[in-house]
Amino acid sequence: MGTFAFKLPDIGEGVVEGEVVEWMVAVGDTVKEDDPILSVMTDKATVEIPAPCDGTVTKIIGEAGDILPVGVVCIEFEVDGDGNASASEPEPAAPAAEEVPEPVAEPEPEPAPAPEPTPAPAPVAPAGPVVERAPGTKPLAAPAVRQRARDAGVDLYHVAGSGPAGRITHADLDVHLSGGASRATASMPMGSSAKVAKTGTEEIKVIGLRRKIADSMMASYSTIPHFSYFEEVDVTELESLRQHLNATRPEGAPKLTYLPFIMLALVKGLGQRPECNALFDDEAGVVTRHEAIHLGIATQTDRGLYVPVVKHVEAMDIWSAAAEMGRVTQATRDGKAGVDELTGSTFTITSLGRMGGLGATPIINKPEVGILGVHNAKDRAVVIDGRVEVRRIMNLSSSWDHRVVDGHDGASLVQLLKSMLEHPATIFM
Amino acid sequence: MKTRNCKVLVIGAGPGGYVAAIRAGQLGMDTVIVEGQRAGGTCLIRGCIPSKALIHAAHTFHKLAGHAKKGGHMGISIPGPAELKMEDTIAWKDGIVDRLNKGVEALLKNAGVELVNGWAEFQDAKTVKVGKGKDALLIQAENVILANGSIPIELPFMKYGEHVISSREALSLQELPKRIAVVGGGYIGLELGITFRMLGSEVTVVEAMDSVLPIFDKELRRPLEIAIKKQKIAVHTKVFAKGIEENKDGSVDLLYTPKDAKEGTDPERLTVDKVLVTVGRRPMSAALAPTGVALDERGFVKVNNKCETNMKGVYAIGDVCDLGEMLAHVASFQGEMVAEILAGHNRAYEPAAVPAIVFTEPEVVSVGLSPDEAKAAGHPVITGKFPLAANGRALTQEAEKTAGFIRVTAREDDHRILGIQGVGTHISELVGEWTLAIEMGALLEDIAQTIHAHPTMTEMTHEGVLATLGHAIHSM
Repeated sequence: MGTFAFKLPDIGEGVVEGEVVEWMVAVGDTVKEDDPILSVMTDKATVEIPAPCDGTVTKIIGEAGDILPVGVVCIEFEVDGDGNASASEPEPAAPAAEEVPEPVAEPEPEPAPAPEPTPAPAPVAPAGPVVERAPGTKPLAAPAVRQRARDAGVDLYHVAGSGPAGRITHADLDVHLSGGASRATASMPMGSSAKVAKTGTEEIKVIGLRRKIADSMMASYSTIPHFSYFEEVDVTELESLRQHLNATRPEGAPKLTYLPFIMLALVKGLGQRPECNALFDDEAGVVTRHEAIHLGIATQTDRGLYVPVVKHVEAMDIWSAAAEMGRVTQATRDGKAGVDELTGSTFTITSLGRMGGLGATPIINKPEVGILGVHNAKDRAVVIDGRVEVRRIMNLSSSWDHRVVDGHDGASLVQLLKSMLEHPATIFM
Repeated sequence: MKTRNCKVLVIGAGPGGYVAAIRAGQLGMDTVIVEGQRAGGTCLIRGCIPSKALIHAAHTFHKLAGHAKKGGHMGISIPGPAELKMEDTIAWKDGIVDRLNKGVEALLKNAGVELVNGWAEFQDAKTVKVGKGKDALLIQAENVILANGSIPIELPFMKYGEHVISSREALSLQELPKRIAVVGGGYIGLELGITFRMLGSEVTVVEAMDSVLPIFDKELRRPLEIAIKKQKIAVHTKVFAKGIEENKDGSVDLLYTPKDAKEGTDPERLTVDKVLVTVGRRPMSAALAPTGVALDERGFVKVNNKCETNMKGVYAIGDVCDLGEMLAHVASFQGEMVAEILAGHNRAYEPAAVPAIVFTEPEVVSVGLSPDEAKAAGHPVITGKFPLAANGRALTQEAEKTAGFIRVTAREDDHRILGIQGVGTHISELVGEWTLAIEMGALLEDIAQTIHAHPTMTEMTHEGVLATLGHAIHSM
């Protein structure tokens, strides 16, 4: 048995990619040469792609709606003979998941562990016979067991059989499905993979808030030429001030995170760079600069992403900014925020909290012209005057609407913020 | 023209189509089935069932001849030879066919299936027209199950007609032909040839291959070949039929030449009353052109293991599709399967074994691999045989007279049963256990430790398995 990897063929003159309309086959299906396997829509026509060989489908890449470039491996077959591929080629990199901003409840004093990347579900590749069976024999199982396996999407080839002659029993299938070590594994020198090739899918309708988020992200991303700018900020002194203020805070005052400091720094910075605190009506071709600083705080809720607004931050001190931010984000999470609390921002802050990461390219909350991403503060080794010192470093990401904000403007604002956050007294001067 | 919309449209009410329709009806789908002839198809109307009826009649007649001999047989004698009135035999056979046909119609009705009589004329893959002009009915379906079946292959140089007949006509002859030539010694030709011989015809079989029933191995064929010889059926192997010449007296000469004869060699002649051509069957797929379903080079509809064609929502089952053998029980299995797939069940055609039976005298039965096939597939093989002559029940019904046996093939290392074959009178009814054994992945020990009822011929299965293990009780 060999693997035959089939690349999406050149389907027409000048066609470089096609959208998958429908797969006529599924993993596990046996196909004969010339059976139609895939329907692909190009900008010219919809074309049916026939199977290149007899075989059993072991892998399908791309689902309905996906755009596949010509020449990419789109399906793999197990075929008699050697096939044309020794093993599965790596999966095309999955598109990076959309960043889901969330306000910082409390910046982690300790560096948070980076989330484990979720490995792409790799099909259990039959590297060789996983269950010792006589050569040329199919897995041995009664019809009822075979039907259960079929319903569960399990290829019995991968299931160890504990019955006589390796017969696969209902119990063996139970063990396999539960992912535990098969009873047969111990007795089978070849062992068995307890991992199951999963073929199930779940369709989730993009409706309601998700639909609105999708639409507004699309509107922003498709109309705004984003440029992103990153900087690292030494917050060692800010951290010491924050600790002090928290230790001596007035009764009833909220605990301070980094965000209220950043909000106040933004008030000063945006005051100096008014082109960054603006709304751009691109249909009318008018940018409206605002004196008021209404800061949107991207907030993750059970229902999805919301951006409650802390209004008139320019009129607040550090305590009231912290309290008001806590109030609107909590109200939003509780589903109690009113329209007034969810609209009217002139600039937005997105912070991933414990999942702060190193950097991000935040999407602008249209019609605003800029957005600031706040990342984890971590102790790092930093060279100061030729010596290595431990300093607390926080990264800032920012995105700007390059139609109305030049690189110089956005960078200048971030540099102002850096300067203030590194010398926190200047925030308050 | 009226229009009828439905969820499932089945084309052809044979053993594939009617089963599909009944199951679809049971599952609550609005189902229409179109049949151009009679519900029941080739199997019930002009194949398996009528031939088995005639075979039974032939056996009865043949046995009576034994009792008519001087001194009779088993103490039973009849005063004179039994007489055959062919038209009455055919009428009796038709009575059985009618009952089954009515039964199928009743089952369809009971399942809520609408049976439309007429030939389906495809407009496209999902639309058929039945009937002509104003009375025509246009049926539009969400899903179509093609169960068109197959028809006997016609030799281009020997068109079917008065003298040259197919199995279909052979099963409705109002008069017994005195002399009959059978072109093609496959299972249909032998079943009918032996039947006509038992009824009294002189029978000659003309076969192109080295032997009759070439799909079976020599050991399995042997008792049948002896029985054929005993019954005085002439068999010419390695010869090609070349054509017929009609004679003035209403008889016909079958012309045939040896396979290796040079061009221009004078053919041999055989004067007979009928020439029965049984050289195989071909799928009835000609009418499917407007559907756009893909056919293979032999005309079978190409399907996957779910009987799906290249057209979404169009399925093909049974003889017309290229999946599985051309057997009624394969068609029925696929029909039931497709109906369930349409209802959302996850089914597939992946049998471990498909039983095949030839209703000659003796009968030949096979399921799974023969010893040769098993060896060719790389299995370490052990086999065991058990003769009908050592089985009590076989003796009591004289089933041992045709020197039959059963033969078991298993793997030497793990004793998994790979195949069971048998040849013998009344042996066909044993095949159920054999098929189940293979389908369940049984070992020799599974059957060895199952109690088999006495006195039945099923004990031979038990003994055949014990023989394979090396310790049969009732054989030496």
